[in-house]
Amino acid sequence: MTDRSSPILEMKGITKRFPGVLANDNVDFDVYPGEVHTLLGENGAGKSTLVKILYGLYPADEGEVLIDGEVVSLDSPTDAIEHGVGMIHQHFMLVPTLTVAENVSLGLKSSRGALTDLKAVSERILELSNEYGLDLDPSAVVWQLSVGERQRVEIIKALYRDARLLILDEPTAVLTPQEVDQLFVTLRKLTDDGRGLIFISHKLHEVLALSTRITVLRRGAVTGQIPVEGATRESLANMMVGRAVKLTPDKLPAEPGEIALKVQDLIVMGDRGVIAVDGLNLSVRRGEILGIAGVSGNGQRELAETIAGLRQSESGTIEVAGIDVTGARPRKIRDAGLAYVPEERMREGAIGDFTVWENLLLIDYSSPEYLRSGFFKFGAIKEHSQDLVDTFDIRTPSLETSCGSLSGGNIQKVIMARELSSSPTVLVASQPTRGVDIGAAEYIHRRLIDTRNELTDAEFIHAKLIEHRNACTAILMISEDLDEIFGLSDRVAVIYEGKIMGIVDPETATREEVGLMMAGITTTNA
Amino acid sequence: MGEVFTAAVLVAVVASAIRLAVPLLLASLGETFGQRSGVLNLGVDGIMLLGAFAGYYAVLKTGNVWLGLLAGAIVGLFLGLASSFIAVTLKAEQGISGIGVYLFGLGMSDLLFQKLVGTPIPINTFPKVDIPILSDIPYLGPMFFQHSTVVYLAFAAIPVSTFIINRTTFGMNIRAVGEYPEAADTLGVSVAGTRWAAETIGGTLAGIAGGVLAISLGIFQQNLTNGAGFIAIALVYFGAFTPLGIMWGALLFGAINALVLELKTLEIIPRDLSNLAAMAPAIITILALAVVARRIRAPAALTKPFTRGH
Ligand SMILES: Nc1ncnc2c1ncn2[C@@H]1O[C@H](COP(=O)(O)OP(=O)(O)OP(=O)(O)O)[C@@H](O)[C@H]1O
Ligand SMILES: [Mg+2]
Repeated sequence: MTDRSSPILEMKGITKRFPGVLANDNVDFDVYPGEVHTLLGENGAGKSTLVKILYGLYPADEGEVLIDGEVVSLDSPTDAIEHGVGMIHQHFMLVPTLTVAENVSLGLKSSRGALTDLKAVSERILELSNEYGLDLDPSAVVWQLSVGERQRVEIIKALYRDARLLILDEPTAVLTPQEVDQLFVTLRKLTDDGRGLIFISHKLHEVLALSTRITVLRRGAVTGQIPVEGATRESLANMMVGRAVKLTPDKLPAEPGEIALKVQDLIVMGDRGVIAVDGLNLSVRRGEILGIAGVSGNGQRELAETIAGLRQSESGTIEVAGIDVTGARPRKIRDAGLAYVPEERMREGAIGDFTVWENLLLIDYSSPEYLRSGFFKFGAIKEHSQDLVDTFDIRTPSLETSCGSLSGGNIQKVIMARELSSSPTVLVASQPTRGVDIGAAEYIHRRLIDTRNELTDAEFIHAKLIEHRNACTAILMISEDLDEIFGLSDRVAVIYEGKIMGIVDPETATREEVGLMMAGITTTNA
Repeated sequence: MGEVFTAAVLVAVVASAIRLAVPLLLASLGETFGQRSGVLNLGVDGIMLLGAFAGYYAVLKTGNVWLGLLAGAIVGLFLGLASSFIAVTLKAEQGISGIGVYLFGLGMSDLLFQKLVGTPIPINTFPKVDIPILSDIPYLGPMFFQHSTVVYLAFAAIPVSTFIINRTTFGMNIRAVGEYPEAADTLGVSVAGTRWAAETIGGTLAGIAGGVLAISLGIFQQNLTNGAGFIAIALVYFGAFTPLGIMWGALLFGAINALVLELKTLEIIPRDLSNLAAMAPAIITILALAVVARRIRAPAALTKPFTRGH
């Protein structure tokens, strides 16, 4: 399509400051036609900031951007689109109440003047979707689409505007493994056409599979730029974090105590009125991590929400620490000893408009420690929050920063800090590290394992003082990431169509075995 | 009691329900444009009052009811621009700034009336236009086809508004910036421009609605609208932010109003309760709206100012 020897994009000496943060520090970055240039870095490293500058969403404080060798000013997304830049945002930029065709045609000139030309747009969408293998119904309303379909809409949106340079900010964070494979097939077609891609992901195996070159950012600055040949997961992780990283956490053998979470014959309906959890049984003991592996949409979300009391079951029982909490209110279930880290971190886990300290206090706000005759005890609260911020390494300009302005990984750390600070008996964690990069991911894993040990210690120390508080946390971890499942779990349960297909020992089971069970095929008698 | 609800009474109630619905319908349609774009204008009533005075005064001076409507529209246009500036450009808290516009309209319209007119002088009202043939149908004719031109135009504005919202790029932009302005912005849709336009349409229609009210009654007085602008806002929710839904809400209000008037005329409602009865339509309507509105989903970005990068 174009001459592949001269870069489409050059960004030179880009610097961007936010109050209290140097988000980009003299960054140089370029993209050649037909290549995938990956941006890698820990949470808050400045990846999104750099590409948002390129897309005209933030002005850079210093530096210049060249497209096809010419300096351009990118003051708005319109400028970026005109220069052939397309962006698939970390959070989908789709209007949920509009159709696919409407979303695609937004901001474009219509061939029918003041009237929309959705027919023509739909035809072009179908052409593009055939060409690139992006299956879509142009007349579908976006809120009804699955995450994978929404992403296809985003890609079509960029292709429709004939983007030559496509930015993908964590496009795989919310996809199932199959959807990721499908996406990569499409992306390779795009580079074959001579388009340049900027790819951002936290998943090192994806980065290695897709990239041509990799640039690593740490705290806003470039710490390395390497071709993909010769790069390994370990070398990339080390460049990101600035020290040797262990990708598989160490852990001591589990010493399971009594059953702390018991789910029996649970039946739950999904949002679309079909059975999502179908007579499911499981139990988690104190001091163990039960990992739930499975392809998303097999009832994981409904299971977690039902245990947390956010969704009603049709039948079956749930016991937390021996207390029947079936159908109880979330508050009561918490009092029984359950903590919950939800999958939808921004929608259910944290309140974006609230400050960091308010989010840290959300469940404890009425405890006498922080409340005296209706008034907050700010001294105690600040101390407690600062403690949590320090121990969980939450990167925030201050306690007063609104939670929504933190990066995804830091928001997750806020939620983890809050949930674990209540010393729960049972912790249900859904997708604890989805969209969180390895530096932060490593940290969150460590906490999960620490907690188990700390509470084992706590149990040991307090055993003689408080008898029914002498056991450690039971952790139910739901994840689609097999690395996470194998690295953390003491037992792995595979969920398929709302049922547990079987439970295996991660020490002896193979990934293939688990993969087959995830697809509904049992090899052993479960 | 039996002979109260005769056919003649029924015809009169329906016809007057339709007439009374018109100012609300217009103001509410206007407010729909604004709200679909994400801007809540609580100042509708104030704009209606100033539009009403402008309409009244223009007719008083020229005798031409259409110039009166034009005057209402122009006043509404300017107040719509002012409201846009406050809500969109200054990003004011919309729950408060609209109250300022309302109080301004309430005070200003009365002040101008006292200074320029003083004692109420009746003005020309809209001539009735019978639709040929249709108006001769027994019962239905007098109910639906013996109204003034503005009544027909106001009802014609319903499908026109639906068409604009659903079928034009402008309407699509309105829906997009009201739901998810960030997404619209990343595609180069001007969030501020779209909201300015929608909010100004809203102001203009509110001004016209005020003009229609004053000219239909042939009179102006302090607080002529009696809170109609606030009911218009409630109607937007009741009508699920769609023009057709709003029409039903406006007709409901018109019907309750017409019925109460009729019962008063027939002295079924005792004279000493008539002040209370005068408030009944507003109260009943608001209660009905509040119950229905609970189930309705508002545009996600309603009342939220937009700043790129937040
Ligand atoms: N609008 C903003 N206002 C203030 N600070 C911001 C803003 N956007 C980003 N930051 C800060 O700038 C830094 C870089 O953020 P950025 O979103 O670019 O990181 P990232 O590398 O994309 O992280 P993640 O992997 O979590 O998405 C962070 O410290 C973040 O808190
Ligand atoms: Mg980011």
